[in-house]
This record gives sequence, C-alpha cells and structure tokens, in this order.
Amino acid sequence: MAHAQGQQHPLSVYIWVWALLFVLSTFSYLVDFYHVEGYLRWTLILIFMFLKAGFIISVFMHIKWERMALSFAILGPPTVLLVLIAMLTIEGDYTFLTRGIFFGTGS
Amino acid sequence: MAPQDSSTTVAAPTDLAPGFAGIAEDWSSDQRTFKNVPWGKAMMWIFLLSDTFIFSSFLVGYMKVRLSTTTPWPKASEVFALSFGGEPIPLILIAIMTFILITSSGTMVLAVNYGYRKDKNKTALLLIITALLGASFVGMQAFEWTKLIVEEGVRPWGNPMGASQFGSVFFMITGFHGFHVSVGVLFLILVARKVWRGDYDTEKRGFFTSRKGNYEIVETMGLYWHFVDLVWVFIFAFFYLW
Repeated sequence: MAHAQGQQHPLSVYIWVWALLFVLSTFSYLVDFYHVEGYLRWTLILIFMFLKAGFIISVFMHIKWERMALSFAILGPPTVLLVLIAMLTIEGDYTFLTRGIFFGTGS
Repeated sequence: MAPQDSSTTVAAPTDLAPGFAGIAEDWSSDQRTFKNVPWGKAMMWIFLLSDTFIFSSFLVGYMKVRLSTTTPWPKASEVFALSFGGEPIPLILIAIMTFILITSSGTMVLAVNYGYRKDKNKTALLLIITALLGASFVGMQAFEWTKLIVEEGVRPWGNPMGASQFGSVFFMITGFHGFHVSVGVLFLILVARKVWRGDYDTEKRGFFTSRKGNYEIVETMGLYWHFVDLVWVFIFAFFYLW
C-alpha cells in the first residue's frame, strides 16, 4: 500500500505552525491597532499575509510533502494572476484620471 | 464500473524519481500523473485551483474599483469597530473571526492526523468542533452584515461613509466567502457522521460513488477547509487592513 499511511506527520509540527499563525494574525491586527500608515503599513500587511498563506499551504495543506508534479500544477497557474493585477492597475489609474477630468472631483 | 483498489495503480514511493526529474517522469509516465495521491484529493486540488481564480477575480476587481474611485474609500478600521460599553475598539469583530478560523484550521489538521491513526472518536470530535467554530464564524458574519445594513445603512449601490462601491465589494467578497464556510460546515458534519459510524474503518462504499471510503477523505475535506481559511487571510489583509 503506497499511501496507506497518507500524510502522517508528528503533531508537534502542526502545533508549532498553529501557534505561529496566531502570532502572525496578532501582528497584522496590531498594525491596524497602532495606526501604522503608508508604505510601512502595506509592507507589514503583505509580509504577515504571505507568511500565513505560506504556512497554511505548505504545512496544513501538506504541499511541503507532496510530489513536485502536484505542487507545481497547483502553485504554478496562479502566478498568471500577476498579469491581471498589472493590467487592472493600469486600467484603474486610467479610470481615475478620466473621472478626474470629466467630473472635476479628482483629488 | 468495477471498484478498483487504489493501491494497484500507485507505484511504491521508492520507485519514483524525486525533485525536478520527478516532474518530467510523472507527467510523461503515460498513466496517472499525480502519484501517491488518491483521486479524490487530486480532484479537490483542481477544484481549489479554480476557486483560487474566482476569489482572485473578486479581489483584483476590488483593487481596480478602489484605485479608480474619486471619493475616498471608507476606513475599514472605523466601519468595523465595535464598542463594548466604552470606547469603540477598531476591527475587533474581524480579529475575533480571524482567530476563530485559525483555531478551526488547527482542529481540522488534528482531525486529519487522528484520522490516519484510525482514532475514530477523536477524529469525529475534532471534526464537530471544527464545524462548530465554522458555524460561529458564519454567525458573526451574519451579525456584521445586519449591523452594516440596518444601523449603518450600507447598500450595494451606496453608503454614508464614502465611495459607493464599498457596499457591493463588501457583500460580494465576504458573502462568497461566507457561503464557502457554510458549505464547509455541512461537508464537515457529513464527514464527521461517517467517521462516527465507522464507515472508514469498515471501508463502507459511498452513496454516490460506491467506492470504498477511508480516512483519506478526512484529508481531502481538510484541504477544502484550509483553503477557506487561506482565502480569509487574503480578504483580511486586502479588504479589512489595507
């Protein structure tokens, strides 16, 4: 039986990651609580977000232990979203400028 | 269809090449690509991949809308503040919801672990706890929606706090996520019942597929639940904190 044992890992790995997720969530809440603003705020939010996402995907969802054929098939395709983000950033800025010109409320 | 024992189609782990060479071999092996993974789990991953694109479309759409408004976006920190008699605490309900979802992710992962140890009672209990935490999350979301609609007057087409697109984005994104959590709770209760009955110990055949069930289903269920938690991580960062 190849996968009779399935994804069997020591409990301590899960408990550690679980605790870490609590700590990271607290940090991201504190970013808002202490009114950190501007680029520092966005950087911190993104760092905590990616760390949390990374731990959930790699440990809780077992991607760390899966074969690369599966993990690449899952994690590869979403990278094309970067193109969508880039295009809609340009489009969003354009819409904002046009609205500023036509409605005269640009700030 | 003749029921097939999955072990006959899966190569022993030692025969498989590791790393990058493994990718080429797995994909060109002229048989199932995802080795050592039950078909249900592979299909759940494919579904979650498509779901990733749905939620990403929502979030990227939200980004575009927020970039292009000429009226200021409402401050989530103040909109979602809650007062317990004294000064309003910013974003407190959302923080509690975040912690509840993380707690439920932890109990889920323990359920998967005890499932593979064939500890029927602990697995079922942990699944039920996960379902209860999920249900309380949805309950809090219902409270939040009610407060925003009734007290603050937020509508999909406008609100008193700022940019009128705020409402539609909020209802769309959190509504779709809340729907996922609700479906997850039902799914959890279903699996918990089967675990409790001992279906996965006796390898009882499933109702729809008539395939033998085993504790791998708990892991597949877990993938869905962790994905719901994962989506919330992004919603929390981009919608509530940004």
